[in-house]
Formats: sequence, structure tokens, C-alpha cells
Amino acid sequence: MLTRNLKEKGIESLLFASGAVAVIALILLCIFLFKEGVLLFKDYSIINFLTDTRWLPTAKEPQFGLLPLLLGSFVVTVGAILFSVPLGLAAAIYISEIADPRFANIMKPVAEILAGIPSVVYGFFGLVVLVPIVQKTLQLPTGQTALTGSIILGIMALPTIISISEDAISSVPRSIKEGSLALGSTQWQTIYKVTFPAALSGISAAVMLGIGRAIGETMTVMMVSGNSAIIPGFPSGLFTSVRTMTATIALEMGEVPQGSDHFHALFAIGSVLFITTFIINIIANYIKRRYRFNL
Amino acid sequence: MVNQNMISGKLFKNITLCSVVMLIIAAAFIGIGCVDNEDTTTEDVTTEDVAEEATVSGEISVTGSTTVLPLSTLEAEAFMDEYPDAIITVKGGGSGVGIAALLDGTTEIAQASRSIKDSEVDEAQSNGINPVEHAIAWDGIAVVVNPENPVTEITFEDLKGIYTGTITNWAEVGGEDAEISVVGRDSSSGTYEYFKEEVLGDDVEFTENALALSDNGLVKESVVGNTQAIGYIGYAYLDENVKALALDAAGDGTLVEATPEMITSGEYPLARQLYYYTNGEPTGLAKEYIDYVFSATGQDVVSESGYFPVN
Repeated sequence: MLTRNLKEKGIESLLFASGAVAVIALILLCIFLFKEGVLLFKDYSIINFLTDTRWLPTAKEPQFGLLPLLLGSFVVTVGAILFSVPLGLAAAIYISEIADPRFANIMKPVAEILAGIPSVVYGFFGLVVLVPIVQKTLQLPTGQTALTGSIILGIMALPTIISISEDAISSVPRSIKEGSLALGSTQWQTIYKVTFPAALSGISAAVMLGIGRAIGETMTVMMVSGNSAIIPGFPSGLFTSVRTMTATIALEMGEVPQGSDHFHALFAIGSVLFITTFIINIIANYIKRRYRFNL
Repeated sequence: MVNQNMISGKLFKNITLCSVVMLIIAAAFIGIGCVDNEDTTTEDVTTEDVAEEATVSGEISVTGSTTVLPLSTLEAEAFMDEYPDAIITVKGGGSGVGIAALLDGTTEIAQASRSIKDSEVDEAQSNGINPVEHAIAWDGIAVVVNPENPVTEITFEDLKGIYTGTITNWAEVGGEDAEISVVGRDSSSGTYEYFKEEVLGDDVEFTENALALSDNGLVKESVVGNTQAIGYIGYAYLDENVKALALDAAGDGTLVEATPEMITSGEYPLARQLYYYTNGEPTGLAKEYIDYVFSATGQDVVSESGYFPVN
């Protein structure tokens, strides 16, 4: 009896340890990120970091202005969401509510396969195909713009948005929909007034995860959006080249001297990125809870 | 009936999955076809020194510049073909990383696309390390535009104007009336630093509108796809899809084309040497390897990889 208890306890603690690994990894990562990032502010004031408008890390008088990079990420992400949310939701509604089930069975896996394509492939496709198209149709000096990045990121966020919101929509109880139809509403009225609001929490989670995907994506934006560290306007900034926070880290980490201000500045950007995604996750959870029982 | 439907549904799904996989494989092959492979003709290894084989063994690493990386990789492969007991690991990271690794003692050879800085020499001395320079090859930076662009030559002054943002229209430098799209490299690239030093000068910054791309191939790709673009790339990346401009460094009308002769003679204003650095005179395997790079076979590899032999 005793050995059995011991065994039980042993397995329990083993499982606990495995679960704890993720949490510990997160905590260690945070500590490391913030510790390195904070070192920047010994030599460079945090106010300057947040308000300087130029990012000139290798100049004689280096400037580490976060604004162009933060706003660059913002413009590209907003563009991607404007593009992918309507498309993704329409596709999800079509797949779960309207399409012939046999066709829906094809569409969903195909959309999910989009998620499996490596981001560098998206980037290469964007650079060779989409960049010249954007440049020629809009008569811009360069096609490597925030808009190009947004379109490609939008396509990359589609599978997340389609797949999760489709799950949310199809898990709306059949009885609710049938009730609506029985009261004489049309199929579209049912979707719009009943199914969609009922699935809203899942859909919001899908959108938030899509934003998370877009804001954290590195390789693709680095290849197609040109990386000029200028403060973009909105929406005019969509048609200029921008540099995101992720692209800056990826571009400059390779050759930065360890322990320099520039090195710490990259970690400070990493911390900002982390805080941003953390806030997005909190918002996603809040929305999810708020709408959960609001059927 | 229901059952049958389910079976056919499943079958349908399988067929779909199969066809999607096939499609992706096909797309992948198309992708491979599209990638403009750099000329990676296999090195012809001569086996004249077979007798020495037994004595050359051990393990060293070569770390640093991504400009020198493809060259070092080919050299190391050719060397290891000849001396199977030797292991040479080639790593990138950039010139700065390579030299830092040499100073830390974590690499035997640092590869760099610029010469060592005074600050790095100071640091080396305080670490008790004596960096010795070996110029292993010549490289030229070509200033390129789209072949449809009528401009064929440019002075350094105009080039500086374009890259600092004071000249923004091709008409100002003898081209058509079109906005210039300025393409450059990211600030961690050795090519970026070199170009900045040679063309812009010390205290001048690139225009913020310049695109900052992460590699020579991407810069070339941008210029290929855009008639208004100007960029700078390593000579090894030059081909018929882009047009290299003749350069006038002094502004006195002496134009120099980016040709192998002009680069190796040092007349071309954007010609530079590529370096290996060792701690003191190299010994053992590092010496064998560097001697090999300087040998006729090693310098043939230099030519094959798109750079130019020293001497």
C-alpha cells in the first residue's frame, strides 16, 4: 500500500516538474530580457528611448529612438488585421455555415496548410511576386512597403483566424440556431444575429492570436517591407517602407558588439515586444471572459 | 446511405490532402528553379600533396564576416578533401563577431571584410593577443541599377547625395524624371560599414528612407524588380540582371568600371581586401590551412567563388 502511494506521489511530482518547466522557462526568459534591456538606461535615458524619433545605432552619437520601430510594427500589424480579419471571418462563416460539408472538408485543411509554410518562403514569394506588383500598380518608388508586409502577414494570419473562429462558430449549439430559424428568420439573419454573437468570444480570441502572429513575425516583414527606420504616418505610412521591432532585432543582432549600448538597446526592444504581446494576451482573455455567458 | 456518404467524404478528404501535398511539392520545385543559385561549381581538387596527408590533422574554426563565409566554406571543403583528418568549421556572425571570437580565444582564425579597428587592437593587446593580418582575396563593391535605367556612371559626390537623401530624383544625375529608390544594407553588415566609410565619410548618416536589407541577394533582387532603384552589392553577386555603374571617385572625370582588372589593381574606388586574422603567426593546422588558401589551388577557389586572387 505504501509503495503504491509512493509511486503515485512520484508520478505526480514528475508531472508537476514537467508542467513547471514551461513556467520556469518563461520567468527566466523574462528576467534575462529585462535585465539586459534595463542596462541601456544606465547610459541612455528612458525618456529619450521612448521619445527620440530616430534610430541610428551605429552613428558617432548613437540614437536609440523606439518610436519609428514601434509605429512600424503598429502600421504593419494594423494593415495585416484590416486585411485578414474580414477575409478570415467570411471564410470561417462560409466553411461552417454555408458550404457543402464535402467542400468545407477540403477548405479547412487547405487553409490550415497555409500555416505550415515557412515564413522565409512567404518572404521570398512577397519579394519576387508581390513587391513588383505593388510598386507598378501604385506607382511608388519602391514596392517594399508596409502595405506589402501587411498583405503577406495577413495571408500568414489567415489560417489562425479561419481555423479558430470556424471552431468557435461550429461549436454554437444547434438548438440556438434552430430556434432562430423556427422563429422565421432567414439563414443570414441567423448567422448575423445569433450564431456570430454566440461565437464572439472564440472569434475575438482568433483575432487576437492573429494579431499576435502578425506582430511577432520577423523574417517575412524583414524581406518585404524595406526596413527604413522612419516614423510612418497612418494610413499614408502603408505606402512607405517601414521597419518593425522584430526586423530590427533580427537585422542587427548578428554583428552587434556584446555588452554595448546597441546590444542592450536591442534587448530593450525585445522587452517592449514582450510587453506588447503580453498586453494583447490579457485583452484577449478579458474579452473571452466578458462574452462567455453573453449568449 | 449515410455510411456511404461518410466513406466517400473520407475518401474525398484523403484525395484532397494528397493533391495538396503534391501541389506543395511542385511549388517547392518551382521555388528551387526560381532561386538564382550562386555559381557553386564544384572545386577541382588537385592531389599533388598526397604525401603530406598523414601529418595534417586536428580541428580549427574560422569565424566572422558573412562576406568571406562562402569563400571560406569552399576553401575549407577543398582543404578537407585533400586532408581528410583535418576538420575546419566555418561560422558566420559578421566581421565584429569573428574578431571578438579571436580576442576571446574561441576561434583560431577570424575572417573579416574590413581591417581590424584600432579599438580592437587595443583590446587584443590587453588580452595578450597579437592579431596578425592575412589578406586572402580582393572584393569589389558594385553600385548597381536596373538595366532599363539610362544612367551608366556616377561621381562619388552624387552617390553621397543619393545615399544621404539630398538627391532624390534620377533627373539630377542624368537619368529620367523619376524618384530614386535608395537600397542599402543593414547596419551590421561589413559592406554597409565599408560603403559608408568610403562614400559618405565618417560623421555622415544614410538617409532614413534608404531600405535596409539583410543580404546582398535581397539588394540585387530589389534592383532587378525596380527600374528606379539603386543599390550596392559584392562583385560576386553581379550578373546581367543588374547594371554596374562606372564610378568617378575624385569628380575629375576619371571613370572606373567594376571589372576584375580594375579591382585587383586597386584602381576601382570600391575595391577592398578580405582578411584572415590569427593570434600571432599561425601554427599547426591553421598554418597549413592558410598556406593552402594562398597556394595556387586555394587562389583558384577564390576566383571560382566570385572574388579575386591576391597577387
